[in-house]
Amino acid sequence: MHAVNPFLRNFKYAFVGLLFGIVFVKAEIISWYRIQEMFRLQSFHMYGVIGSAIAVGMLSIFLIKRFNIKTLKGETIVFVEKKFDKGKIYGGLLFGLGWAITGACPGPLYAQIGIGFTVVIITLLSAIGGAWVYGYFREKLPH
Amino acid sequence: MINFIEFIKQPWPWYVAGPLIGLTIPVLLIIGNRSFGISSSLRHICAACMPSNINYFKYEWKNEIWNLFFVSGILVGAFIAASWLGNGDPISINENLRTELATYGITQIDGLLPEQLFGWHNIFTFKGFIMMVVGGFLIGFGTRYADGCTSGHAIMGISNLQMASFIATCCFMVGGFIMANLILPFILLL
Repeated sequence: MHAVNPFLRNFKYAFVGLLFGIVFVKAEIISWYRIQEMFRLQSFHMYGVIGSAIAVGMLSIFLIKRFNIKTLKGETIVFVEKKFDKGKIYGGLLFGLGWAITGACPGPLYAQIGIGFTVVIITLLSAIGGAWVYGYFREKLPH
Repeated sequence: MINFIEFIKQPWPWYVAGPLIGLTIPVLLIIGNRSFGISSSLRHICAACMPSNINYFKYEWKNEIWNLFFVSGILVGAFIAASWLGNGDPISINENLRTELATYGITQIDGLLPEQLFGWHNIFTFKGFIMMVVGGFLIGFGTRYADGCTSGHAIMGISNLQMASFIATCCFMVGGFIMANLILPFILLL
């Protein structure tokens, strides 16, 4: 047990990601058109997806906390607090602009490449570049 | 069985997809105490490939490698869904959107993304540069500045009743509404 190959240990996350990627495509969440419809209030679809995902997530977290449910290994489940700073506003607005242009948030970028839009590799590389530039200027940016 | 396969091959409604996405939260927590979030993968890739002595990238990214397995899974799952789980029908979109897109010359509407915009032939045009390179940069810079994206804030954060995540999500939506309605029309006319 002590020296489990890191590849095998992490493989279960790839499997969860795989199922997640199928949902992304089958529900057309990664579609540029669905995102345009969302921001033009022309379709309920994305609001339904995000809203029902939050409802199920909220209930799950409530049950985990209420019944002190443990991980498979018996560890206590840890919840990360998200602290407020002005980055949530400035960064949030900038990300929103990018979301509406590309029709993708970070998860769908990977899925758009997977369905064969290989040019989205450029968008993903640019997003990685954006994360790097943020890291470079982090201390100088207002938070 | 035939009916089930027929059902799988159609586009899935929101009330199937949303709850499945929500279930990712308890699944990741229970199988390994991991908090659902995707934009951190961008940070881990920087930390792994070009940390450049920047404080933000000085951490043990190998402890977070599950996240890179997860996003690789998304890519493969999307490939599987597109290759074997589709019915080949063109996407159906709102008629007002179709009319508006036609005014920008976007008339070939069949796949999940408009090939007239997102293709290698466009990468060196000004419009293509804005839509793919600038758009991608805003996603990476913005999500790291906000410390999360639709998954980490809108879904995981709000589910965990985090006020900061609620505020971040409102800002994502405001940014999106501004871009889609006030700025994007001019970009698409380029």
